This record gives sequence, C-alpha cells and structure tokens, in this order.
Amino acid sequence: MINLSVRAMSAMLESKQISVQELCGVYSDRTQAFNADTNALITIHAELNAAELLQAQALLKQGGHPLAGIPLVHKDLFCTHGVKTTCGSNMLAEFVPPYNATVVQKLSDQGMVSIGKANMDEFAMGSSNEHSAFGLVSNPWDLSRVPGGSSGGSAAAVAARMVPIATGTDTGGSIRQPAAFCGITGIKPSYGRVSRYGMVAFASSLDQGGVMAPSADDCGLVLSAMSGHDPLDSTSAQQPQFDWQKPKTPDSKGLKVGVVSAWIEDLQDEGIKQRTLEAIAQLQANGAELVEIDLPHADLAISAYYVLAPAECSSNLSRFDGVRFGHQTEHVTDLESLYRQSRSEGFGQEVQKRIMIGAWALSSGYYDAYYLKAQKVRRLISDDFKQAFSQVDVIACPVSPEVAFKHGDKSEGVSMYQADKFTIPASLAGLPCLSMPIGFTQGLPVGLQLIGNYFAEQSILSLADQYQQQTNFHLQFPEAFA
Amino acid sequence: MSQSTNSIDWEMVIGLEIHVRLDTMSKLFSGMKASYGASPNSQVSFLDAGLPGTLPVINHKAIEYALRFGLSVDAEIPSVTVFARKNYFYPDLPKGYQISQMDDPIVGKGHIVINTDDGEKTVEITRAHLEEDAGKSIHDKYDQYSAIDLNRAGTPLIEVVSEPQMSNAKEAVAYMRAIYTRVTHLGICDGNLQEGSFRCDANVSVRPKGQTTLGTRAEIKNLNSFRFIEKAINHEAKRQIKILESGGRIVQETRLYDAENDQTRSMRSKENANDYRYFPDPDQLPIQITTAMIDAQRAHLPEFPEAKIKRYVADLGLKLEDADTIANDLNLSRFYEQSLAQSTAAADFNAKFLLGEFNALLNTHGTAIAESRISADHYAGLLDELHAGTVSRKVAKQILDDMWESGQDAKGIIADQGLGQISDSSELTVLIDQLIKDHPEQVASYRSGNEKMFNFFVGQIMKQTKGQANPVQTKQILEDKLNNE
Repeated sequence: MINLSVRAMSAMLESKQISVQELCGVYSDRTQAFNADTNALITIHAELNAAELLQAQALLKQGGHPLAGIPLVHKDLFCTHGVKTTCGSNMLAEFVPPYNATVVQKLSDQGMVSIGKANMDEFAMGSSNEHSAFGLVSNPWDLSRVPGGSSGGSAAAVAARMVPIATGTDTGGSIRQPAAFCGITGIKPSYGRVSRYGMVAFASSLDQGGVMAPSADDCGLVLSAMSGHDPLDSTSAQQPQFDWQKPKTPDSKGLKVGVVSAWIEDLQDEGIKQRTLEAIAQLQANGAELVEIDLPHADLAISAYYVLAPAECSSNLSRFDGVRFGHQTEHVTDLESLYRQSRSEGFGQEVQKRIMIGAWALSSGYYDAYYLKAQKVRRLISDDFKQAFSQVDVIACPVSPEVAFKHGDKSEGVSMYQADKFTIPASLAGLPCLSMPIGFTQGLPVGLQLIGNYFAEQSILSLADQYQQQTNFHLQFPEAFA
Repeated sequence: MSQSTNSIDWEMVIGLEIHVRLDTMSKLFSGMKASYGASPNSQVSFLDAGLPGTLPVINHKAIEYALRFGLSVDAEIPSVTVFARKNYFYPDLPKGYQISQMDDPIVGKGHIVINTDDGEKTVEITRAHLEEDAGKSIHDKYDQYSAIDLNRAGTPLIEVVSEPQMSNAKEAVAYMRAIYTRVTHLGICDGNLQEGSFRCDANVSVRPKGQTTLGTRAEIKNLNSFRFIEKAINHEAKRQIKILESGGRIVQETRLYDAENDQTRSMRSKENANDYRYFPDPDQLPIQITTAMIDAQRAHLPEFPEAKIKRYVADLGLKLEDADTIANDLNLSRFYEQSLAQSTAAADFNAKFLLGEFNALLNTHGTAIAESRISADHYAGLLDELHAGTVSRKVAKQILDDMWESGQDAKGIIADQGLGQISDSSELTVLIDQLIKDHPEQVASYRSGNEKMFNFFVGQIMKQTKGQANPVQTKQILEDKLNNE
C-alpha cells in the first residue's frame, strides 16, 4: 500500500478498493508514527479538511481526476487558509494566512487532501534543514544525517513514505539536493511555470514551486495540476498548460543528452562518480546520444547567486517588522527598538546573515560592484545554457558533490554554499531541472540531475521516467519505515 | 534678488519634484479601491497590508495616465520601463519598501513653457516616474500610540522631477501651476490640493549671481498650496543667504515648512539620510511600451490652455483677458464650451456674462463652477432669452438667483412669473398713447425743449410694466409719439 504510484492509488480509489478516508488514514497514521524520528512535519492535521474530502469524493465519482483523494503535505511556506504557515521561523510561528497560495488552491481543486505542513530551513535558506525554528530534520536513510534543504521536511516525509507527495520550493537547489539526499524524485520547473502567489518569498527572481515524490511519473501528474498562468503573479508565464504525457516505452532513441565531463571527473566522492557514470550509461543504453558541452561561466554561479539571492531576500523580508503580523518583541522602547528587537528575536542566525549580506550588496557604493556584476554573470550563464541547448535536448550532471552529511558536520557558510555548485547554474538561468535517484553509496542515496530547455519539463520528466522504467532505485525506501 | 550689505547679489536656484496622485479607480498594484476619505483601513488588500506571499500586479490605467502626461510635455517615452524597490522601514510602509522607478522611468526628458515676469520660459523636465504612495501615520490622535491608516498605501502617483531651472519663487509657482493645468486638463488627476492629490518638494539653493556651479541645496518637503510654496521658498532662500553672509555653510538636508510660523525646520540631514538600496523589483517583469499604447494615449490629449486662448481670441472674438481666464480654468472652460454649443448668443457676449453676472452668483454662494447648481444647459437657455430680448440683463440676474434656488430653467421661470419683456409694439403703443393722454403738462414741457422730461416717460412705462418693457422699443415709440404730433 505505502509504495504505490499515484496512478495505482488512483485506480484503487476509483474502483473503490479503498476509500479516500482509508488512504489518507494510512498516511496520517504514518505521520503520527514517524514524525518523532524524522521531524519532517511542523504541522500534522489532527482531522482532515472536510471540504477537501468532499471535493475528492465528488471528483472520484466524476472520474478522470488522477489526483483526487491522494494525500500530500505542503512545504510550510505555501500559505494555507486558516492553517499555520511558519516558514520554519519564530517570526511566523503563529501566522495563520487568510488565503491559499495558488498552488495549494489548484491541488485542492484537483481533490488532493492535505495531511500536514512540512519542515524546512527557515525562510528556505539552507541546505541541511538544520536551520528550522521547529527543530532539525533527520534523513530517513540514516537519522544521524541531514535530509538536505531547504525542502528537507518534504524530502524526508516522502522518503519515509509518510506521504506519497510533497510540494517543495527551489531557489538554488532546495528541491533537487534534498531529493538526492533522500533518494526520491524532485522537479523544479521553469521559472514562471508555477505561480508564486502565496509562497512566502525568499528570492523572487529565483523561487519556484515544484513537486517531490518517489517517481518522475508522480511528479509529472502533480506538476500538470499545479502549473499554469496566474493573473495574480506578474512573473508567471503565458505558456500552454503543462500536460504530462508518460512515455510508453523506455526507448530514448534520438535524444541528445549533454554532459560536462569535467564536472563528473572532478567529483571527489568515488561512489557518487561511479553511480553518475552508471546512470549516464543507462541513458545511453536506452538510446540517448551523449554530447559533450561547455558551460564556461558556471564556475561563477555560486558567487553570483550568493549576491543576488541575499539582495532580494533583504528586501523581501523587510515586511517582517513586528508591526502588523508575525513576532513582536516585548522589549519596546521606541520604533527603532521595535524593529531591531522583533527582527533579532524572530529571525535565526542564517537568515540574519543573508539579510546583512544582501543589504550590503545593494547599498550605495557597492551596488555596481556586487549586484550589477552578479546580474551580468547571471546573463552570461543563461547564454551558456542557450548555446548548449542549441546542441542538446537535456543536460545530465550531478546534483551534489556529496551524499547526506552528519548533523552538525558543517556549519552553514561558504563550505556549505560550495555544495550548491551543480544546482545553482540552472536556477540562475530559470531552467527546468530535476533530481532522480540513481543508486546508493555507503548505504546513502545518490541523485542525478537532468536540466531541460525553457518550458521543456516534458523532456526531462520523460527521460527520468524512461530511466525509472528500467531501474527500481525510486521504489526503494528505508527498511526502518516499512 | 535681495541686495545684501556687502553687496553680493544672490540668485536662487529651484528645482521641483511634484507628486501627482493619479485619479484611477483602483490602486497601483492591488486592485483595491483607491477613493479618498473612506473610513480608516477600509480599503486595504492583503497586498496593501504586506502579507507574505502576496504579489503586485500593475494597474494598466496608471501606465496609460503616465504616458498621457509624458506626451503632454513632449517627453521621451522609453520602449521599456522598469519598477524598482525603494527600501526603508516605516510603520506606514507595510512591505518595508516602496515600489517606485529608478533607472528606466516611464517618462523621460520633456519640457513645459511657463509665463514669467520676463515673458515665456521653457523649463526642462528631467523625468517622471510611477510609484505607489505610502499609508498615513497619525501621531496626534492618541496619547500613547501612533495610528496607521493604510487606505492610501499603494495609491498611484507620478513624481515629476524638473531641472533646477527656476530662479525665483514666482517662477516655481508658475511651473507648478503649469503642471497642475496639464494634469487636470488631461483628466489624470482630480487636482484636489487639500486632499494631497497634488503636492511638491522644492529643492532650493542660492549662489552669487553669475556663478555657474550650484550651491548646496535644501529640500523642503510636502508643500500642497501655491501660496505656501512661494512663501516657503522665499523664506528658505533668506535663511540660506543669512547663513552664507555670516560666513556659515549650508548643510544638505530635508526641511519641513511650517505654514503657521512661516519658517522651515530641519527634518534630517544628508549624514543620517536613508540609503534606499534601490534595485529592480524582481516581482515584476519589465513593461514594454508599444507605439500602439502611445498612440492610444495621444488620442486622449485634450486642447491645452495655450491653444485654447489662441482659439478663443482668433475664432470666437474674445478679449485676451477673458480668454485667458476661461481657458486656464478647466471646469470654467468646459462649462463655457458646453453653453456655447447650446446657445445662440454670441461667444463674446456669453464670456462677458459668464465672467460677470454668473461668476458673481458663484462667488455669492462660495461655490466652484464644478459644483454649480445651474447646469451649462440651463445657463445657455437663459443666454438665449437675453439674446432674443425676452428679458433684460437686470431681469436675467434675478432669474439666475431663481434658477439657483429652484433648479428650474429660464423659460419656465419667465413664464411662471411673467417676466418676459414686452416687445410687442402694439401693446407698448397702447400704453404710451394712454400715458401721453394722462400727462399733458409733462408733454408740453418736453415739447418746449425740456429733454430731461423724456426719462420721466420711460420711467413711467417701466413702472407700469414692472420693468418688462423692452427699453429700446419703448424709447423708439416714445420718440415717435412725442416728436411727431
């Protein structure tokens, strides 16, 4: 039961082998049972939302709604009407939004049933999910290790099969890296594919909602439902609705897959290198043609990202001032102290650090040298990809140079930022990309990243699905959670 | 300007930043209503309150209005315009930043002609950009708290920035008036100064006449009356000259004008000024300005006062002074042109009556023409009665009062009260024949050369007809009867 695909669960629901309540009950029980181990969820719904259940049942009766009755959790930065949305922060510990994010609304309209809200690095800043005001999250494959971040709660919940589907968000790798660390599939669509309305913003020009699930097929089904132009988000793209088509065969013949050989050769972790080479060999075996490509400016991506993302966050997080909502200090002497104390108490260290970096990069005298230069680098990286996609259909590369590390092994900082070097380039270019499980090293999952051209989610999901038709890494989950 | 004791001749340099509130139905980014005077915090959307996850969506009407303004001052219009965030903390700024424009404003370099004591002068406009207004902080309502009203937060403004090209306070006022006339004639601003729909910041510096470099400036904030701006600038220039002449140095700072005490006082100096950390708003894509968008707005450009004055004088035969008065007042010229279209009376006669009797009526009631209780159509009806000779100017004044009170049209009032002039010569002849018969002595006196006696007969007829006798006809018949036996 707990390792079924969305399509299989949907078939059982439609044929009344199981009811929506029963299916959601199975997963609700698992969240209750396993959250003590993983701390993957910040909120577990004691009762399911009656309106969502009714909607699911009505759609099942109609038929043709593959997501009706499927339980999910939302990363706790998607605003949920009447349900606490903490963003992993003391600042929003008691914040109850008066509206739904577009993503939440769309999935609810399709009959998905929310069973909780997922833990995350505070305001989506972090790569280990150790920076949550609601406690760190543990990797189901080894509870002494991190699940990755910032969508670490979503990844751990899916990996432990506490839920079949989780939403996540990705700014510089926050879906892909935890998906890789936890051995699941996670897709960050093209920038503009999914509405950002109701997603608490970290870095507006990079943030993008996406899906985390065991398989590419599951991801494709959910992504189809959550994407689309939204008049409430000016940056949401006017593109034809994404409509995932699962490939019928594993045959990838005619597909050109780009690789940067140096990225793989330079991997320090022999296990990751071997799994990566094996996975690429499998793509080749499926009929894909390998093409060597060059992304000459990708080395500059981390530097540019850690100017641009903090710059935007320093402005986006200004609204948390203790005046209208969110944490308000009790130690007020004047307006200045209200701001200073509320923000010092409400924000964690990593968030404060990034606000400081960002404010500095935007300040007069430094703007040209940092912010503007970083924008130029961003354009160069986009141009590199444009060049590459004139030769190939998909790019395959590592997700992370390392596997899940132990809690406390790395303090957030430049060394942790370095680990984002394979995920950030596609983020800066706004390209669709995913991570899929390709095996294990030392008992820990390894992921492969597939990057597609703008709005070519179909191509990367197809390639991943074809790979998953031939392999079963995506079906494996830790024995302790059986 | 003022001669000083050590005989330095000082010159003022003034640049203005004018904030024009755009008269749109909804706010710049939230779709919330933007009407003035609603109860506090009743027009606040989730976005206006800065709730996390909310996103701005541009109100295209504001783009159109800004373009219309740009065209009206012959400005360069860019093909792409970009919104930027201006970051600072204040309780009436819910997002912690104001969405404004920095590098690519919607209106580029333009210019406008103003009238000065030395004739016409062209003032260059540096730029005009779109931005959202902040909310309102109310500090004097509660003892222990400041109150915040977010109704104004997010309402659309254009900020029009001039080059520092005004050299005295009168020119600054003339420039402000010229911009005011533009935006009200364009129909993009309601022009309500009391409600803050049109307000300005003045950058003022002084320098010895002949010097080409600029002196250090002070910025006087939030001036919302033509009278105050003149006083504030003059006061500020005096203050600066006094400092410089006593060997001091001007500090670059922001000052507030205190109208009650006619002085400016320091708000903040440049040293502790905010670093606004402007950067392009990542929540919005750059906006493409197409020629189609520009052409659509060009079609909305009205006739401006300068052109109107020329037309009134050349085509309608108005005196320059009357043409100037009417053309410069948007509501007055609207009323005038509407009545012209409805009335058979001559245009210059109409103008005289409008600026004379009708204006006097408005003044009596302390009412602006836009709120006149007599419509332009009714006013035109009265003009026609005058023109046809049905009533005299004197009676017309009386009818105006009645029209104001009753809302009736002139024809109705004349009929109801029997105010029509007696222009029927047979009727007048009967009256005059009887008069001559009844006053043989007076007739004899007139005929023996006492010409003053003529007025006696006119007066008697007017008395008998309660002033309704057509004076021209009356005189003519009297002359006939008295002179020709």
